[in-house]
Amino acid sequence: MNWNDVAVLLPEIIVTIGASLLLLGPFLRRKPRPAGMSLGLGAGQPAEVSTGDESAKWWMLALLVITAISLIGVSWAAEGLALSAGFSQMFALDAFSIFFKLLFIVVIAMVALLSDDFLRESRYSAWEYYSLLGFALCGMMFMASGVNLITIWVGLELMSLSSYILAGYYKNEEKSTEAAMKYFILGAVSSAILLYGISLIYGVCGSLNLMDIEKSLSTLISNDALMFGIMLLAAGLCFKVAAAPFHVWTPDVYVGAPTPITAFLSTASKAAAFAIFARIFYSALHDFHLDWSNVLATVSALSMIVGNLAAITQTNIKRLLAYSSIGHAGYVLLGIISLSDWGIRGILIYTTVYVFATLGIWATILMMRRHEYAGEEIDDFEGLSKRAPFWAFAMVIFLLSLGGIPPTAGFIGKYYLFSAAIEAGYGWLAIIAVVMSAVSIFYYFKIVVAMYLREGKEADMVITRPLQVVGAVALAVTLIFGVLPAPLITQVEQSSHWMATRAAVPHVGR
Amino acid sequence: MDSLTANVPLLLFLIVGTIAVASSILVVAMRNPVHSALFLLVTFLCVAMLFIMRGADFVGAVQVLVYAGGIMVLFLFVVMLINVRSLPHERMTSPFLLGGLAVGAAIFVLFATIVRTGAYHDEVNRPDLLRSTSTHITETVRAADGTVATRHVVRHHIVGNSEAVGSALYQDYLVPFEVASLFLLVAMIGAIVIGKRELSALEEETVPDFILERMETEADVKEVVNA
Repeated sequence: MNWNDVAVLLPEIIVTIGASLLLLGPFLRRKPRPAGMSLGLGAGQPAEVSTGDESAKWWMLALLVITAISLIGVSWAAEGLALSAGFSQMFALDAFSIFFKLLFIVVIAMVALLSDDFLRESRYSAWEYYSLLGFALCGMMFMASGVNLITIWVGLELMSLSSYILAGYYKNEEKSTEAAMKYFILGAVSSAILLYGISLIYGVCGSLNLMDIEKSLSTLISNDALMFGIMLLAAGLCFKVAAAPFHVWTPDVYVGAPTPITAFLSTASKAAAFAIFARIFYSALHDFHLDWSNVLATVSALSMIVGNLAAITQTNIKRLLAYSSIGHAGYVLLGIISLSDWGIRGILIYTTVYVFATLGIWATILMMRRHEYAGEEIDDFEGLSKRAPFWAFAMVIFLLSLGGIPPTAGFIGKYYLFSAAIEAGYGWLAIIAVVMSAVSIFYYFKIVVAMYLREGKEADMVITRPLQVVGAVALAVTLIFGVLPAPLITQVEQSSHWMATRAAVPHVGR
Repeated sequence: MDSLTANVPLLLFLIVGTIAVASSILVVAMRNPVHSALFLLVTFLCVAMLFIMRGADFVGAVQVLVYAGGIMVLFLFVVMLINVRSLPHERMTSPFLLGGLAVGAAIFVLFATIVRTGAYHDEVNRPDLLRSTSTHITETVRAADGTVATRHVVRHHIVGNSEAVGSALYQDYLVPFEVASLFLLVAMIGAIVIGKRELSALEEETVPDFILERMETEADVKEVVNA
């Protein structure tokens, strides 16, 4: 460990220190009002009580901005830095990880904005909430940068543990507690499975570093322990991305968790899991493509079918989006199965595009909330086009993007993923994907029909500034990258270049 | 006689392993939490012995210190604190028992066969290889005729167990080690967040009267309703 290593780690160090300092936030609070004034609060409005937490959001955003600046600065300087040998076995600041880290920072910033008045209306402290989000971000950054299975696993656990706590943050709500409990137990089991897979791979390869694993796999013939290790590793990762046979936790957790946390789980947490999925399978395990690709193809097909078909019958919009996100995990898996430059580009593009469209949808849902858990039935969307024409239109764009209809960015992502699958010889999988996209359009349009063709109830909306910002950013990204995808594609080509060449070298799979 | 001494480690392993498995089953089967905790202690000690027999004496010592020492005390402390004498007697058979046992047995057989038939890396099969490191030393040698020459010497030496663990933890695996400490920090924050009363400091200052007031009014309402 030398000073260059510390410099490369700077963004993570800043997030860690910042998240720890956020815990001290309550001391910034003004002196509480004298006891006599409390009688004026009245019994009906406990929401007004938790004052003094407004600044938490600004501190959190400032922390994220500093982190982003330091990340960009370090990434400029990174090429000249000579890292010590031990450190470079653990951690890499390559184009791939920088891409994902910037994505995570943006998503966490948007989740922080989504959480703002949600927290203000609840009686739970905002400081610990943002601090936990910060630690989750730190975990995700280690996941994106880890080139050693141990670093990746520890980062994954840091993210998961933070999200278990955040899912149960409304500890007096039965649903939230239940969600946290389910998520925690299933998450712990899946981590154990993942760890067992890692230990078997270590047993066979004698190293945890992805490059060393790749080296020893290139001279190895298949063996039971290795295959079992890869399968357990894939199963653990499939749990984290909520792919089909490992998806049972998704609907309950998404419904029970506080809505901004659902937004976090369905975007950032998933993107991070896909980042490590892609990194491990592209850069370490590609020699055994022939062995794992068919298993993952089955998982992908199952996710697309189960997710999209189960979503049709849902009336709760959180549950609908949960099932739809299972389907989307199936699409992204196409990129991993195909193991080609188009595949890895597809993963990066689709993750970005999906994350922004989903955040936009969550922002719109939060605008409809009347109290803690409302605004989540499809019926609540009735007549939205009259109440808030702009946001109804934005919602249509987001849903089109998720469905993959051309003028939106979702089309670009699906185009890359599906053509990668066809190119890799998985035509049948691409057919399932296209059919299931058509099915998804059906249930997305149930929401559109409710918004435009049905008479609405007169419900007031809470369109606050932070929600508007998130919605506008998501809309801009979805539309701009839909019409002008070139900048995103060039960036993705650069970011995924190294991984793509890695995977292309021996390529037994074709 | 020779074959007997060769079999001593195996015999010891079988005895210790059997005790470990049996006591860990008893941990779950015991009704009295204190008995469970004591059997857990036996399990920890047996596992420590297994570590030592495998040549990992540092891990064995840590196992005794941390698990048998620290964690057991915590367990017993909690058990004594909440004062649970014995759990209520429930039926042991649940509808899932048979299915669970079958699935568990199937998975065990699967794992055992696969782990047995796998071919492993040399270093993993022979932990003694991991422990010998070579250091490169440049020695100055004064020859008989007075000229000074340097020569390169490679020395192999067996690294002590705790030294190996220490250098692995604080040099090779420093980054994950530090992230693991963050992980513990988050676990602590989570325990506090979930465990603390949900009133904020301001409410704690102000609300007790307000809750009292509300309780009084509720009591009044109930009285009226009952009357």
